[in-house]
Amino acid sequence: MASTIKVKTKLSDDVATVKSLMLHPMETGSRKDPDSGAIIPAHHITQLIFTNNGKQVMVANFSTAVSKNPYFSFSFNGAKAGDTLNISWVDNIGEKGELETQLK
Amino acid sequence: MIKAITAGLIFLFTLAVHQPAFAGPAEDRRAFVAYFESRFPDIPFAEYANGIYAIDQDARNQWIEIEEFPPYEFAVEQGESLWQETFADGKSYSDCFNSSEADVRQNYPRVDGLTGEVITLDMAINLCREEHGQKSFEFGGEEILALSAFIAFESRGNVFDIMVDEDDPQALAAYEEGKRFYYSKRGQLNLSCADCHVASAGQYVRADHLSASLGHPTHFPVYRSKLGSMLSLHQRVAGCIRDVRAKPFDLQSTEYRNLEYFLTYMSNGLEANGPGARK
Repeated sequence: MASTIKVKTKLSDDVATVKSLMLHPMETGSRKDPDSGAIIPAHHITQLIFTNNGKQVMVANFSTAVSKNPYFSFSFNGAKAGDTLNISWVDNIGEKGELETQLK
Repeated sequence: MIKAITAGLIFLFTLAVHQPAFAGPAEDRRAFVAYFESRFPDIPFAEYANGIYAIDQDARNQWIEIEEFPPYEFAVEQGESLWQETFADGKSYSDCFNSSEADVRQNYPRVDGLTGEVITLDMAINLCREEHGQKSFEFGGEEILALSAFIAFESRGNVFDIMVDEDDPQALAAYEEGKRFYYSKRGQLNLSCADCHVASAGQYVRADHLSASLGHPTHFPVYRSKLGSMLSLHQRVAGCIRDVRAKPFDLQSTEYRNLEYFLTYMSNGLEANGPGARK
């Protein structure tokens, strides 16, 4: 499969609206396997970072309360067409996901 | 002239009175569609493919927002890479389906001419795998859902035209079985599919509205937000059956396949618009 992140961006004047979707199980660590009764270990994104041309525009600290395959949307000022938007996440067991896109 | 018209009317009237008690599939479907047309006169026929979102405006608004960034896209992507798999004997899915992926979804379910069994898309995928020496997928599992989501996505816009050949006793029997299943009351709550999805369509069931059965199968498989995963039509039916407190059948059991055959025939003329996003 391609990237674990999907993103759509929209520019109006200098305001960019970013919508993103991440593929992640977001296990809380308090769920049990229905068959064996064993606890399913926690596995969730801890930090999600958006940078625009290298400058951080959004940092989100996630914990167990965020849903599976999280959807994240926000907007920021000072954007222009052609800017490089970088999205990356890291989870509690050290897995990473990253995607780069141009604003348009 | 007037005499002739009166005679004609009397003749028509007699015809109406003397219709045989047995109503074939075509009559069933006309009555089914006519019922929903009179119950929801403001809903255009094509809208029924959207299920509950044809009826419930509030849920529809949320759905439109979700569709802007469809959560089933990951499954479609996974399905695309699965579709391109080449089997050990050099064949691929497109050899089995004898067509491109964009011309498949609306042809299922169909009745196999030899065995007389209803073949659903999920079953056809596994039959294809077995025929070419591959291990079949688990029904309701991630792979088969992804693959059927991809096929449905590519086949979007094609119109369902399921055939029930009235001269084929096996097809007719499968149809009648599906119809009986649909109208049979079951479970501790003693409800049939039709009690909720025909007689009470559009009304509240706790905090949600009941969808209309017309168009039920067109958008499957669906991504269900409450599960965070894809769901097949048979899994959804099993959910309904559990909800009326009956014991569900196995996925792809004869009962469910016949039901799917009946339901999809009822939805003829609607577009395949799967995979869908449902809460």
